[in-house]
Amino acid sequence: MWNYEKRLQYPVNITQTNPQIAQVIISQFGGPDGELAASMRYLSQRYTMPYKEAAGVLTDIGTEELAHMEMISAIVYQLTKNLSPEEIKASGFDKYYVDHTLALWPQAAGGIPFNACEFQSKGDPITDLFEDLAAEQKARTTYDNILRLVKDPEVCDPIRFLRQREIVHFQRFGEANRVNCSKPLHSVRAAYHTLYQTTCGGTL
Amino acid sequence: MANQMERYKLYQWIHMVSFAVVDITLYLDTHPEDQEAMAYYNHFKELRMKALKEYECQYGPLTIDTYTAEGKWLWSTQPMPWEGGCF
Repeated sequence: MWNYEKRLQYPVNITQTNPQIAQVIISQFGGPDGELAASMRYLSQRYTMPYKEAAGVLTDIGTEELAHMEMISAIVYQLTKNLSPEEIKASGFDKYYVDHTLALWPQAAGGIPFNACEFQSKGDPITDLFEDLAAEQKARTTYDNILRLVKDPEVCDPIRFLRQREIVHFQRFGEANRVNCSKPLHSVRAAYHTLYQTTCGGTL
Repeated sequence: MANQMERYKLYQWIHMVSFAVVDITLYLDTHPEDQEAMAYYNHFKELRMKALKEYECQYGPLTIDTYTAEGKWLWSTQPMPWEGGCF
């Protein structure tokens, strides 16, 4: 169950449209390391996470990623608001415009549609937590690349906030992984055993 | 104008205290025994609930839980958060 809060996690107030920058930033909506993939990854993984602390982290970070997806969507929306046909053609935004007008649609910067193959949900706590650690670093790298390409301070400000959150999430997933690894071996085995029995109906 | 300034200050305050709650929640998920962090959480959660209620009374609802409907249904008729401007 979720509750909507009618505000962005961090404010986005962009006064200058720029469809060229929008085409780069949209990758963090529907691209390989974008916020949509991030939230779907964590919210899908949590059901088979045998440790309460790690399932809690997956739920809360997965929820925060939905708020990040909303911020990225707001950035793209504001960068492409009320564009004229001339501006659309001159910026190369026409290829997106022809299919979606100025609506938000999850795709990578190169035009590749969002695909669930961008993330994994493997049902093994160690495998999934390492996937999550890697995902946070990949998203951080993408934000670094965006900050190299974009100079508008009104865009860079919320992007820097999002970049910083990737680092905090990496830290929390690392701690969740350590909590798992520090459990006595027999309890880790028991957790795997229960998981295997409930999912496959067999024994290890 | 003064009223807009007050509104903006309260809105910013809601962002600040809400961020403190979100961030410490993630920390507590992996440090469930940390008493100092729990005191921090309780403090900012209290400030956040107070500010959300105050904003709702004066300007309109940010959450459905703090909204008491009266006259016009403001939840869907006020601007959406991605529309920019100060709020």
